[in-house]
Amino acid sequence: MSFASHDSATKQSQGDAITAEEIADSGATASEDVARYALILGDDSLMLAQRLGGWISRAPELEEDIALANIALDLLGHARFLLTYAGSAWGKSEDDLAYFRDEEDFRSCRLVEQENGDFGTTIARQLIFSFYAHELYTRLLDSEDRTLSAIADKALKEVAYHQDHAAQWVLRLGLGTEESSRRMQSGLDSLWPLVEELFVDVEPIERLEGVAVPPSSLREPTMRRVAEIIEEAGLTVPDAAPAYGGDRRGLHSEQRGFILAEMQVLARRHPDATW
Amino acid sequence: MSADVTSLQDAREDAQAGEARFEQLIADDSRVEPRDWMPEKYRKTLVRQVSQHAHSEIIGMQPEGNWITRAPSLKRKAILMAKVQDEAGHGLYLYSAAETLGTPRDEMYDQLYTGRAKYSSIFNYPARTWADIGAIGWLVDGAAICNQVPLCRASYGPYGRAMVRICKEESFHQRQGWEILHTLAHGTEAQKQMAQDAVDRFYGPALQMFGPPDADSPNSQQSMAWNIKRFSNDELRQRFVDMIVPQAEALGLTLPDPDLKWNEERGHYDFGELDWDEFFTVLKGGGPCSRQRMDHYRRARDEGAWVREAAAAYARREAAPQAGLVGA
Amino acid sequence: MTSEHSSSNTWPLWEVFIRSSRGLSHVHAGSLHAPDATMAVRNARDLYTRRNEGTSVWVVPADAVTASDPDSKGGFFESAQGKSYRHATYYTKSEGVKHL
Repeated sequence: MSFASHDSATKQSQGDAITAEEIADSGATASEDVARYALILGDDSLMLAQRLGGWISRAPELEEDIALANIALDLLGHARFLLTYAGSAWGKSEDDLAYFRDEEDFRSCRLVEQENGDFGTTIARQLIFSFYAHELYTRLLDSEDRTLSAIADKALKEVAYHQDHAAQWVLRLGLGTEESSRRMQSGLDSLWPLVEELFVDVEPIERLEGVAVPPSSLREPTMRRVAEIIEEAGLTVPDAAPAYGGDRRGLHSEQRGFILAEMQVLARRHPDATW
Repeated sequence: MSADVTSLQDAREDAQAGEARFEQLIADDSRVEPRDWMPEKYRKTLVRQVSQHAHSEIIGMQPEGNWITRAPSLKRKAILMAKVQDEAGHGLYLYSAAETLGTPRDEMYDQLYTGRAKYSSIFNYPARTWADIGAIGWLVDGAAICNQVPLCRASYGPYGRAMVRICKEESFHQRQGWEILHTLAHGTEAQKQMAQDAVDRFYGPALQMFGPPDADSPNSQQSMAWNIKRFSNDELRQRFVDMIVPQAEALGLTLPDPDLKWNEERGHYDFGELDWDEFFTVLKGGGPCSRQRMDHYRRARDEGAWVREAAAAYARREAAPQAGLVGA
Repeated sequence: MTSEHSSSNTWPLWEVFIRSSRGLSHVHAGSLHAPDATMAVRNARDLYTRRNEGTSVWVVPADAVTASDPDSKGGFFESAQGKSYRHATYYTKSEGVKHL
């Protein structure tokens, strides 16, 4: 008898990781402040998932369609955890929050809201965001809030892969051809003014000591590691001042309205429907 | 000279032995593997069929992909993203199978890009409403599964193995589509209408996915003799109709065919004549979205060229660690 | 990497092997294209383990595989035929005797 099963390479299983449904059913209720913090993190993941979802069928190669879809699905999962948990404070569902909040109620940063641009710009955004998210979730593991800590545990493992994916591509584009190097640099340059918004200690984070991770404390480790990759790829760390209005309130962005117009159109046309 | 003659004779004898072995494999309903001798026509037929199948998966990403950003709930968004991603994966498995026949993937890409290759006409119809995502899953994937399950036993090993993997993954596709329609059919009045409208539009084209009637399908017989195809177009179409009638009833939706009724004698449903003029018009590139699908595909290939080039250049550089010293 | 690949922008073909769980051997799952080994192993993870199919992935350049000649099938594998004494079932005297 052989131990190697004939079709073992296609044996599937569902795994036992945390799901949005479990968070909803857990009965864990976020306080107002924790919910507002969860929205900040969740909205970032949601917007980026929405943007990356736009790559599917448009990637440079089939294998990359699949890679970007995996990353988008991970981020959408994080958004669902966080929005579900945030909603527990107000008796709202993830979909209430995703589809029926208006532009000025979202707390995503402008970086994740930007259009995809070319592959170099998308990879530049992936580099910055995934390194930020990795620092964030590493620290959030120690949160006194057990739900946030559990979400961080799942998300951390996934963003570690996003980080690696981004870094591999930055190297290849940075060192590949003259054109790819130019495009990669241009992607970094165009997004750089929006990076600082990730690290601003917006409301209500200062009131959540021990629960939230102050974004300002993530600036140095994130940017040090991002800079290392950029330099390894033969590129230049941009020297650009932060764009005015980095407070996640969306009052200084044109992108958010368009994303929401598209994302929410069907749900809002049928406000009483379930799907 | 004499050596050439000998080798020529050897080659001829090898081919004869190969042909005998191939015929035996088919007769035994065994599997042909990539390095086996096979008739050139068998190879060509397979490359054409498998690559068309792959192209269909790739173009098939577009109609559904266009709803990823608008899916009406986050759960549905995740499901749809995973499904469209699966289609990319299925295309990949199939291209890999076709590559074992000696045709590089780039060549197949090129055939699609230049419009020389065909893909399933169904993807040249628009996915206009959310209910279309349900109808595509239930009817289009349902028809595809009907076609694909017998292909798991196709005589060409790599094709059969790709189909096994695909069928395993497809099972979720049809169910999620049916579930979307079920939810809509049991939802608001507007949702019900949306569901019925989608089924009305996709029913005919889905039945046409099995190809023209047997009498007008010249290649089918040879494919069946080679154990690539196991059932005829009409047999599969009948099987599909018999399957979906009770499924439609369970949904509470009607199928748009006044001639659809149970035939006690045959033990099957009778159904009306399909619009084959429409089929051939769409097949020849006259579908409502034919041009749009090709433009989308070409744009993605064009815009990705510099990325593929960069990665290849980086790989060359890494493979030659001394290269950096040349300029030094 | 062969010169054939290095002269073009086509990403080479890789064969993918997946270990579905600890204690099992890696089994051929399929193939894919990738610019280099680093990306190949990542692409393999993305493509072939979406449903928890694997705990370990191998990638091998497709052109690094050396295969037996299918045309000599009869000869190549004939020697193993008819040597039933290599199999435990050949030895019947011990039937009914425990632990043998």
